[in-house]
Amino acid sequence: MDMLSSNSVGRAAAATAPGVAREQPIKVEIKDLHFFYNNGFEALKGINLQLRDKTVTAFIGPSGCGKSTLLRVLNRIYDLYPGQRVTGEVLLDGHDILSKSEDLNRLRSRIGMVFQKPTPFPMSIYENIAFGIRLYEKVPKSEMDGRVEAALRKAALWDEVKDKISQSGLGLSGGQQQRLCIARAIAVKPSVLLLDEPASALDPISTAKVEELIEELASDYCIAIVTHNMQQAARASQFTAFMYLGELIEFNRTDNIFTAPVNKRTQDYVTGRFG
Amino acid sequence: MAATTEMLDRARGARAGSARRSLIEDRVFYFMTLISAVLVVALLVGVIVSLIIGSWPALSTFGLSFVWTERWSPVKEIFGALAPIYGTIVTSLIAMIIGIPVSFGIAIFLTEICPQPLRRPIGVAIELLAGIPSIIYGLWGFFVLAPFLQSTVQPFLIGTLGNLPVIGVLFGGAPYGIGLFTAGIVLAIMVLPFITSITRDVFQTVPVLLRESAYGMGMTTWEVVRHIVIPYTRVGLVGGIMLGLGRALGETMAVTFVIGNSHNISASLIAPATTISSTIANEFTEATGDLYTSSLIALGLILFVITFAVLALAKLMLGRTEIA
Repeated sequence: MDMLSSNSVGRAAAATAPGVAREQPIKVEIKDLHFFYNNGFEALKGINLQLRDKTVTAFIGPSGCGKSTLLRVLNRIYDLYPGQRVTGEVLLDGHDILSKSEDLNRLRSRIGMVFQKPTPFPMSIYENIAFGIRLYEKVPKSEMDGRVEAALRKAALWDEVKDKISQSGLGLSGGQQQRLCIARAIAVKPSVLLLDEPASALDPISTAKVEELIEELASDYCIAIVTHNMQQAARASQFTAFMYLGELIEFNRTDNIFTAPVNKRTQDYVTGRFG
Repeated sequence: MAATTEMLDRARGARAGSARRSLIEDRVFYFMTLISAVLVVALLVGVIVSLIIGSWPALSTFGLSFVWTERWSPVKEIFGALAPIYGTIVTSLIAMIIGIPVSFGIAIFLTEICPQPLRRPIGVAIELLAGIPSIIYGLWGFFVLAPFLQSTVQPFLIGTLGNLPVIGVLFGGAPYGIGLFTAGIVLAIMVLPFITSITRDVFQTVPVLLRESAYGMGMTTWEVVRHIVIPYTRVGLVGGIMLGLGRALGETMAVTFVIGNSHNISASLIAPATTISSTIANEFTEATGDLYTSSLIALGLILFVITFAVLALAKLMLGRTEIA
């Protein structure tokens, strides 16, 4: 174990609530995770946490407390920026994805990510979906059409775009673009889906649609969602993790976090007294 | 209450005064900017008109056949622009064929791959390359590059590619050192910094989230560049290429050194030739007789038209891709 982490392990471990229900197997296990930016700032200070399969886990907490950073570790997007480093372990199905030898392209096909703002690729709606699939599979044209349609249906977007499937994805509304990004992420059949404030740039109606979609997807995927919207966390997730200044303060079933938080800071945050 | 009203009134009075002042300022500002803009148009029209007037004797003597006549004989006063036009276009094409891939490669390396500490030194080196005066490129091309090409590269090309059935003619003849090929290489080096710096700048306009989500899909750097960065920045890239092409078409001094200044059109790329701008630069002092001078000015008009056509074509292409 890393020397740096010894002081914070105890706290974080204590924060992991006992009596966590075990209906679903553990998909991702995070062990004593520390994250450092180039300037030495420690953004994550010893996170211990499990994400369960076919379950939505919400990450709440004030801005800059490490929620997004945690997601960026899980699919190793931080690797794009030399100088950022992690210590600890992240086990996906028991296999450490932080190891140097990990095939990042394959990893990212297994752990999909949707960002704060819609990021459609500069190509047609069809290609936005098909492109990702082609990265990993050789699919004949006829089957590809079906895969694209299935992904768009799954993202509740098919009916809105089926007549303009060959037009640019950039022409869609913000909410549609975001659902396109979700469709794109699930088209490659990942096992984990990371959503980094997926509705923060959307209007209320689009937000509702994206939330509905998340509920739908929860039956198939292990989902981690970062959100600033407490209601969204309460509505959409089964588990909630409250983070503060790089530490995991409390992690429990969503009901417990919102009705009977153990930690004083969690209570203050979910009741809106700070944050 | 009364005091407040009074204060309000005073404030309103002051504001009315400043509004009047800023109205005058605004008018002055309006006319100054308008005059600047009109001046540009006036200059452009002035240049075109003076070129047409200056080239009129030549154009009225030779007619449109001036454009497709190869012969250039100051002694017999027969002038045709085909050889310089051919040389201008071919050297620029060679420059683009070499320059664009290298520029893109440098820009991609700088934005996607290069370790942070190396970025600034390489970026500065490229900017310095742009700052070298063209006469120095000419000197270097004539005294260093041309002898090198003559002794090593050109004999190799003649010996290998020159024996191939169809493209062999492009590499036929003797290795002179100076010629289209050498001029094209010098031009490629000269346009490199321009295309590179524009390409790098437009690559940096790709939103961070878009790049991250592309990498987040599991794309490799090559796939991100090929399918995300280049399509996203297409308009800027065409702009950068056109800027480079514009410079290559008009470059005078460096080309004059290494082109060979021969009014012949040869199938071989390594043969000496001439370009519009180097013909003008070389022969202006010797141009005795009105027809000779006028022919040179007509060459200038043709260069103007070619450059204009390139820009128009670029706009047209950009317009098309925008709609698609």
